[in-house]
Amino acid sequence: MSMTWFVVLSAFIFCIGAAGILTRRNPLVILLCLELMLNAGNVALLAFARAHGDGAGQVFALVVIAIAACEVVIGLGLIVAMYRRKLPIDADEMSELRG
Amino acid sequence: MTPHAVSWAWVVLALPLAGTVGIALGWRSLGGRAAGWIGSATVGLSFLAGLGMLTTLEEVPPEGRHLVGSAWQYFGSSDVHVDLSILVDPLSTFMVLVVTGVSFLIHVYSIAYLDSDRGYARFFSYLNFFVFSMLLLVLAANFVLLIVGWAFVGAASYLLISFWYRRDTATRAGIKAFVINVIGDVALVIAAFLILDRLGTLDFGGAFSHVHALPRDEGPLIATCLLLLVGAFAKSGQLPLHPWLPDAMEGPTPVSALIHAATMVTAGVYLIARCYPLFEHAPTAAAVGAILGTVTLLFAATVALVQTDLKRIIAYSTISQIGYMVLGVSAFAYSAGLFHLMTHAFFKALLFMGAGSVVSALGMTNESIDRMSGFRRAMPFTFATFAIGAAALAGFPLLSGFFSKDEILSFTLHRGGVYEVLAILGYAAALLTAFYAFRMVFRVFFGEPVSEALSLERGELAHAEPRNPLTGEEEDTDVGFPGPEHHIAERAFSMKAPMAILAFLAVVGGLLAVPGLTSEVEHFLEPTFAASEHIHDRPPEFEQLTGLLVGGVLALLGIGAAYFVYVRRPSLARSARERVTPVHRFLVHKWYFDELYDCVFVRPGRALGRFGRTTIERVFVQGALVGGASGVVRAGTAFARAIQTGYLRTYALLLLAGVCALALYFLIASR
Repeated sequence: MSMTWFVVLSAFIFCIGAAGILTRRNPLVILLCLELMLNAGNVALLAFARAHGDGAGQVFALVVIAIAACEVVIGLGLIVAMYRRKLPIDADEMSELRG
Repeated sequence: MTPHAVSWAWVVLALPLAGTVGIALGWRSLGGRAAGWIGSATVGLSFLAGLGMLTTLEEVPPEGRHLVGSAWQYFGSSDVHVDLSILVDPLSTFMVLVVTGVSFLIHVYSIAYLDSDRGYARFFSYLNFFVFSMLLLVLAANFVLLIVGWAFVGAASYLLISFWYRRDTATRAGIKAFVINVIGDVALVIAAFLILDRLGTLDFGGAFSHVHALPRDEGPLIATCLLLLVGAFAKSGQLPLHPWLPDAMEGPTPVSALIHAATMVTAGVYLIARCYPLFEHAPTAAAVGAILGTVTLLFAATVALVQTDLKRIIAYSTISQIGYMVLGVSAFAYSAGLFHLMTHAFFKALLFMGAGSVVSALGMTNESIDRMSGFRRAMPFTFATFAIGAAALAGFPLLSGFFSKDEILSFTLHRGGVYEVLAILGYAAALLTAFYAFRMVFRVFFGEPVSEALSLERGELAHAEPRNPLTGEEEDTDVGFPGPEHHIAERAFSMKAPMAILAFLAVVGGLLAVPGLTSEVEHFLEPTFAASEHIHDRPPEFEQLTGLLVGGVLALLGIGAAYFVYVRRPSLARSARERVTPVHRFLVHKWYFDELYDCVFVRPGRALGRFGRTTIERVFVQGALVGGASGVVRAGTAFARAIQTGYLRTYALLLLAGVCALALYFLIASR
């Protein structure tokens, strides 16, 4: 099986994730899209690891999964905090950093 | 050498300085007239120390009467050594005595005269500083210290002329005086540089003994002397640097007396006399000085004929009399010039004090002689002393001005050549002097008494109106203005006493140098001028006595003419004025010097200033330099602010774009 398909799949998922982050306003969905992008990265890492016959790529994929878990914890925590404070669950409303 | 004279000289210098600092720092605790008494006391003690200087100097043998005392070295390098040193010789002792003596009397006069002024302590602090500066000037033993004193005098005159600093005309006059004085300062500094260059030292003694090594009348030396003349003329109010002097009348009257009699304007005469070896070695420059002095004395005498402001008439007479002194010292008649300096100090201080008294009687607001008339009965003492002063100024026989002025003229006549012409012009101006001096007397004290004089005869004194006589605007009396209480000589002892003393001196001062009988001044000053080529080149007694006769006749003629025009036939003055209107207008406008300077210097200067303010400052500096820099910063921050939208997706997009750009770069670079 050719490498190309894996890489194309990875790029495809990554683009879906990126497009979701740029267009969606619900922070929960943005978090999901982030997960998609991370997993696209994982696919690419595994594919290249297999092509090179090297274990290092698989280790990195495990690291990315661990980081993704942490990120979800923090991200969901933030969303729960926003919900508790009765803040709007909308990324565009949270624009206090505007210069 | 005995150092006593030098020690006395340090005391002379230290006392007015102590007075200045003491009054300036302690003015809060000096109530009433304390500041005035302290200021007068320091100058009076300084005069006594000057007498100590005189007696100790007399003990030194004549050839050794050139004592230099040095406090410390000011600065020194390989070739130049400048000490903080003072010179005690007959000339500086003479000047110290004249300066401190007359200044003391003026201080005492001011005690009462400025009594109700809000700036009383400030006034005396400035006054003491003025005396200190002048003493520093005359006691300096090298050109550096001379320049320091010279500049101090200029600064002090600025402070005192614009003493009533809320008055617009006064501040303008102060600035005018300061600017013209700075021209002289600059010329003097350049002259000092040339002297250092040509003669290798800045000390008076060294420079003057080296001058004979130079070729006679060489170019750089003439240039040096001409620059010294510029300095002297700026300080002494000589043509063409005179316009500040009449304007200086904006200061309180004692200031006018101080500037005109004791300090400041005599500095130029002193400088020429002090630098006589240079001028004798460059006779061309001396001739230039003599010619300009003569032109000045004629010019000022003609202008004084038609002015109507009492103090300005006296101011122009000062310019004229200083012209005589400059003529004298430029014609190598040093003792004659300095003798006239002394007698002039007496009668000019007296005239100003009398004028101040009359101005007080008019309520301090008007100095025009058109408003004055018939004060003779109301103010008998002022009348008597003022008339004595005017008579001495006119050269009335046997008074002080009679001897001193004619000594200058007979010496000048004796020099021959161009000096003969100058002397004859000097005699012509003497006639004018007598006329304008008694024009003042007759117009102020004779004729129908004005209302102020009549009320004064009834024992009432007019009240001061706080209004500027020149512009008519309200005065701000908070910062010092002769308040409602003002004083006339008849009622204030501290004004009366100095005037009496000065009147006495103006009468008898001339007896110090009666041709054929006494030559005290000349004899005393001889050690200073011993090296002069002309010291023994004096007119024979017969010529001097003839000169006296001519001078006396001219003075009597002038006084008689004034009496005829202003007392016997008062209508004559008006008809004469109408007959020669153009000449009259020319003289009233002071030969259009102010207008000329206004066109040549003031207006272009103001235009340049306006150009700088509008074009260079606004467009270039503020617009391009400052505005450009701040514009760049502002544009940068606007851009940085625009990036911070606060939208999460923008940051994500930028991140993505950045990553894509990086990836693209590496892709392209790897090819």
